[in-house]
Amino acid sequence: MTSNFTIELNSLLVALPEIFLISGIVVVLLIDLFLKSKFKQITYHLTHLCLLITGVLSFNLIGNPETVIFSNSFVLDDMGSVFKVFIAGSTMVAMVYSRHYLIEQGLFKGEYFVLILLAVFGMMVMASGSSLLTLYIGLEILSLSLYTLIAIARNRSVSVEAALKYFILGAIASGLLLYGISMVYGISGSINIEEIFAFASGSNLAPRETLILNFGLVFLVIGIAFKLGAVPFHMWVPDVYEGAPTSVTMFLSTVPKIAALAMLVRILIDGLGPMHSYWSDLFIALSLLSIALGSVVAIMQTNIKRMLAYSTISHVGFIMLGFVTGTISGYGSATFYVIVYVLMSLAAFGIVILLNSKGYEADNISDYKGLSKRSPWFALVMLVVMLSMAGVPPFIGFYSKFFILQQVVSAGFLTIAIIAVVFAVISAYYYLQIIKSMYFDDSESEAVIKAPMDMKIVLSINGALILVVGLFPDFWMKLAVSLF
Amino acid sequence: MEFEQILFYVFSFWLIASSLAMVFSRNTAFSALFLILSFFSAASLWLLLEAEFLAITLILVYVGAVMVLFLFVIKMLDIESSTLRAKFTGYLPVGIGVAIVVIAEMSLVLGSSQFGLGKVANPIRHSSDYSNITELAMELYTTYVYQFELAAVLLLIAIIAAITLIHRIDPRTKKQSIAEQVNTKASDRVRLVSISSPNKEDKK
Repeated sequence: MTSNFTIELNSLLVALPEIFLISGIVVVLLIDLFLKSKFKQITYHLTHLCLLITGVLSFNLIGNPETVIFSNSFVLDDMGSVFKVFIAGSTMVAMVYSRHYLIEQGLFKGEYFVLILLAVFGMMVMASGSSLLTLYIGLEILSLSLYTLIAIARNRSVSVEAALKYFILGAIASGLLLYGISMVYGISGSINIEEIFAFASGSNLAPRETLILNFGLVFLVIGIAFKLGAVPFHMWVPDVYEGAPTSVTMFLSTVPKIAALAMLVRILIDGLGPMHSYWSDLFIALSLLSIALGSVVAIMQTNIKRMLAYSTISHVGFIMLGFVTGTISGYGSATFYVIVYVLMSLAAFGIVILLNSKGYEADNISDYKGLSKRSPWFALVMLVVMLSMAGVPPFIGFYSKFFILQQVVSAGFLTIAIIAVVFAVISAYYYLQIIKSMYFDDSESEAVIKAPMDMKIVLSINGALILVVGLFPDFWMKLAVSLF
Repeated sequence: MEFEQILFYVFSFWLIASSLAMVFSRNTAFSALFLILSFFSAASLWLLLEAEFLAITLILVYVGAVMVLFLFVIKMLDIESSTLRAKFTGYLPVGIGVAIVVIAEMSLVLGSSQFGLGKVANPIRHSSDYSNITELAMELYTTYVYQFELAAVLLLIAIIAAITLIHRIDPRTKKQSIAEQVNTKASDRVRLVSISSPNKEDKK
């Protein structure tokens, strides 16, 4: 049997970041095998090097014309490349924050870094997947690495419980997603995003075809909402955030959100964009519920990781609001919000990790009492982060919310915008609560905060960025809109 | 009715019946066995669709490997099923209500009025020289080569994850180091100590 199938090797160069990363992972894995435990620092630095080169390679591909390879299952476009740069970059920041913590918790192992790299690989696959199958496998690569990372502290039963909970719920969500994919495939006859778009935008779509496409759509939305952690598919979020080792919580609350957004854009806009009027109703419900529940329930939390989990849920609600508008600038403002969220969340978890000392996890909000006296500088960074998350100008958190609401209002959803603002004001309470205990309460512990220099520097830069980027947000917003 | 049609209805009946039996069976071991039966029925349906390779893989991999492992785990874990059912009746009314609504909605969308033979064409009959495995291989190593490689990465993660979560270096294990045994000298094993005996002086 003969076939006329050919692959130009040159054309594969657009997948260079992925190809480099997976080769790098295997090399790191093998080198780590032969390293004695006192040389594990080498694995850490090699991981950084891998991520750096991957990020640079992705950055070089920005501006390339849109190319599809591997029989239309891999697409290179600016959105994918920019997301990949951010994925690699924020993972590096998260790793700098975690190093100290990992050594103290006895988790500084080669597997940890290899699994982080594999999760990054999965996210990059998602960022440039242009077939439902590729997106699904990318998601599974990411999820499997995350399940293992959560359970990596095997002796802590809360971690194992969190991992198991996430695994079972994640498997159900994957099942729902696959079911939706099979429905869309069954009616459109293709798993390719572009072909699905062509099918869905066809003018002579029979009512039967619209019905089944919609049916599949509902399951796809559920699968995506689960991965983002939107209400009512949020049950896993607080438990997993609390149970996982703090460094893993930091990683899983930030970077995968970028990938989930990429998957959302690929499936619901690039693929099922013509069905926008159907899925936007679902999104209104999901986002309003997330904002409301995230804002109100967080008030009752005494554990800072749980509080940040509910805060994430409400941020996710805002991100999803951006997609309700159905306009390019609405999608752009959602993208801007995700990047801002990642920046803020990294800094917040950076501070949480900073306060951890050997054998003691500073998980309670009461641990922040009198932080301004123990460490004025990092109390200031936390102040900036909390104000930014609450949406106080001139920090970027304000502008990200502002752009979303601006788009929502101009798309004619005034009531929704008002509800969102009311809950955003309510959520300010628990952010201010932390500021209050940092600055106005007396400290219970006199322990000196010890952290390595690299972490202090990166954390300071991270805090400064929240302020500096907020000074000229229009530039970043234009950049985000230009991706679509 | 053709012979093939009869086979289709028989296998479909067994598939549905064994799936239901799997869910409703009180004994976990029976559930696993019913799952095996449903895999067999699904494999038979695939055979009718001329997907021989997939049918055989389903039996070899799922029945031969996965389900045997399942049975081992069930036998090893001795789960007390009464504790699992403790809250069952509390959730039952809500569960039944939701299930009925979902089944009604799904049957409206997925019934034969939407996916009947009038709407979806019959699968094409192939000639006798058609080989399912060749067709699959052609697609897998050309059109879907990217997904194929990604699936390999997924397996790599599974290996790493399994080893990370299970492998423990137990300090109590007694390991044999052959190099150390070979290189050992007599002086490492036997220590000659001169002890001055007090009795000697007594004799003098």
